[in-house]
Amino acid sequence: MGKDIREDIAWAQINKDVLKSLESPRKLYWVILFIALAMIGVAVGCEIYQYTGGMGVSNKNNSHVWGLYIATFIFWIGMSHSGTLLSAILHLMHADWRKPIYRFAEAMTTFSLMTAGLFVLVHLGRLWQVYYVMPYPNERWVWPNFQSPLVWDMFAIATYLSSSVLFLYVGMIPDLAICRDNIHAGWRKKLYTVMSLGWEGTDRQWRNFRITYLTIACFLIPLAVSVHSIVASDFAMSNMPGWHVTSFPPYFVAGALYSGCAAIITLFIILRYVFRFEEYMTLPIMKKLVRLTFAIAMVWTYLNLIEFASVWYGHDQTAKDQLIFKATGPYAPFFWAMIFFGSILPLMLAFKRIQTHLPILLVVSILLNVGMWLERWMIIAPSFAHGHYPWTWDHDQWPSLVQWGIVFGSFGWFTLLFMVFCKVFPSVSMYEVKEMVYHRSLALKHKPAVKGDY
Amino acid sequence: MSITNLLENWSDFRQQHPSEDRPHREYKWAMSIDLDACTGCNACSVACYAENNLPVVGKEKFAHGHSHHWIRIERYWDNDGREFADQGAQFLPMLCQQCESAPCETVCPVGATNHTADGLNSQVYNRCVGSRYCNANCPYKARYFNWYDYPTTDNVWPEPMNQQLNPDVTVRGKGVMEKCTFCVQRLTVAKSNARSEGRSVLDGEVQTACQQVCPTGAISFGNLVDPSAKVGKQWKQQQVDLNKDKQAKDVTESAAKLRGYRILEELRTYPSVMYLEQLRESAI
Repeated sequence: MGKDIREDIAWAQINKDVLKSLESPRKLYWVILFIALAMIGVAVGCEIYQYTGGMGVSNKNNSHVWGLYIATFIFWIGMSHSGTLLSAILHLMHADWRKPIYRFAEAMTTFSLMTAGLFVLVHLGRLWQVYYVMPYPNERWVWPNFQSPLVWDMFAIATYLSSSVLFLYVGMIPDLAICRDNIHAGWRKKLYTVMSLGWEGTDRQWRNFRITYLTIACFLIPLAVSVHSIVASDFAMSNMPGWHVTSFPPYFVAGALYSGCAAIITLFIILRYVFRFEEYMTLPIMKKLVRLTFAIAMVWTYLNLIEFASVWYGHDQTAKDQLIFKATGPYAPFFWAMIFFGSILPLMLAFKRIQTHLPILLVVSILLNVGMWLERWMIIAPSFAHGHYPWTWDHDQWPSLVQWGIVFGSFGWFTLLFMVFCKVFPSVSMYEVKEMVYHRSLALKHKPAVKGDY
Repeated sequence: MSITNLLENWSDFRQQHPSEDRPHREYKWAMSIDLDACTGCNACSVACYAENNLPVVGKEKFAHGHSHHWIRIERYWDNDGREFADQGAQFLPMLCQQCESAPCETVCPVGATNHTADGLNSQVYNRCVGSRYCNANCPYKARYFNWYDYPTTDNVWPEPMNQQLNPDVTVRGKGVMEKCTFCVQRLTVAKSNARSEGRSVLDGEVQTACQQVCPTGAISFGNLVDPSAKVGKQWKQQQVDLNKDKQAKDVTESAAKLRGYRILEELRTYPSVMYLEQLRESAI
């Protein structure tokens, strides 16, 4: 395996390369931005139609009360987890290969959470009353129901979103100062001046910065695990067969890391091309990322099998019926597609040649996420079609184009936020890449040159 | 409720499990439905539409599963060894079971569905945000969501049908959940009449709409706390206990004559509706 990064890149060169990404991306960038806007247009149209007409136009009905919105909500929440994995967990573990790619992963966390939040609104029957979920002082002393997992969700997501925005921002301060010092006058200069909080790179500032960054990282890790556990509680705490599963929280967390890692691979390839980051987002780093994804895929597969096994060998006949219904009923094609994309396809990632083959990885990583989306949908939909009570059986429900349109548009919304971020803020961490280059060149000096892995 | 209330009376606010230590004091509304008497005529469902301002959604929306039958007649076919399926039809009227430990209540994010002191499972339309979690967690799927804004939809209550809307019952707008209330508007009137005369509601003084129209008298409704009430006598006779999750019929061997059971009791919802099993030809 080659080197994660060249040790002889000059620091000025790093600044120049990254700052260039703020100014002149390839044309593909604008194409992506335009497509994203068009996708958002579709979703906004669908939402206006649904808002004025009522939830009925989404073609849910009285046993299928939840649909694609909740499935996609879990998908986006899940996607957000890998940013934290890369930036916080790997930071604590001193895995320095994360340094060139953690910034955009962290941005992905923030923006996928923002996308997920929209689905809560889209899902509600009376979204204009959504503030009832928040505990705010009012003259009637009416509180939300603190027993409800949905209220826990609200707290968990709000905390996670604000913490990860803070983490993203704090980690970016030294870079913002570089931008401030190098960019020509204009609105950007003002923005960077305000946001860099007077950073001068003094010793004291660096010391405080390190401590703050480490503290937020430590705070964020348990938070990330608990957020998806709480989202899993929405299901595990209910009594629906197919949802009432003890192993849901770890299963959801593993699924979240899985889809997040796959998304990072996708974005890695796109950014590397669009912003000409070939020097920093290198193939050896990709190789490590792919191996990480492979490992998480296997953990997910294992937890999936555990869920099936515990239902199969358990005494809950309704849950067993539900599992059989999933695998053989009208949802069977999607169920088996989920197994294929989620558990069989990642086996490809074990092959060395594929681990650095970008076109194949682009396709595979997108398909992995298709599988993970199907997983969420296969948790939601079949449970409503085969519940405890026979009245729910044989209730076919296919989501209407309104639901599909909003789900489709959410990808545009995420892409727009993400792409604008990468154009306005440095999506590769300059100061950390410099650190990495510096540490590696030091190590090189003290070590005799060896062949093979370093 | 104030903050102190929230902390001190939490267990009263959310009754997790029916408890013998804290019994209902004056009223515990309950029902029993005799499946042997039910002919599946749907009169109860029609009466409910009229009494509770249920929107008539029309054929197309009904086919989409958007209907609002708070009490629905379910058909089950028992055609073992019979030539025609229609020989074995059985009917089961399903309505909100007013569970003592209701799964819908705990999951509502805004506390729009609560337990009343009378043992009813109440639904506060104004508080509902339409997350539909209650329906997802209801094992009986006895809750119905307003998928459209029916008061403003044509042909739901075409002229002069809008004149027959019950003034005692709210007409619900889009985006709220609703369900059987045990005709709470009638209960309120009866209770207030009784209170002004300084007594409790007498048995038979108040009827639900479905009970009132049932031609075979399959539905009885009343106060379980009142020892003289018919419904209480039926529950006692069938040895059905509100606070148990398994009834004598399924426990004792000598209970061959007992017919009383509650649906999906093993989920520990402690429903307030007792069903009397249909007598089969083979059992007689």
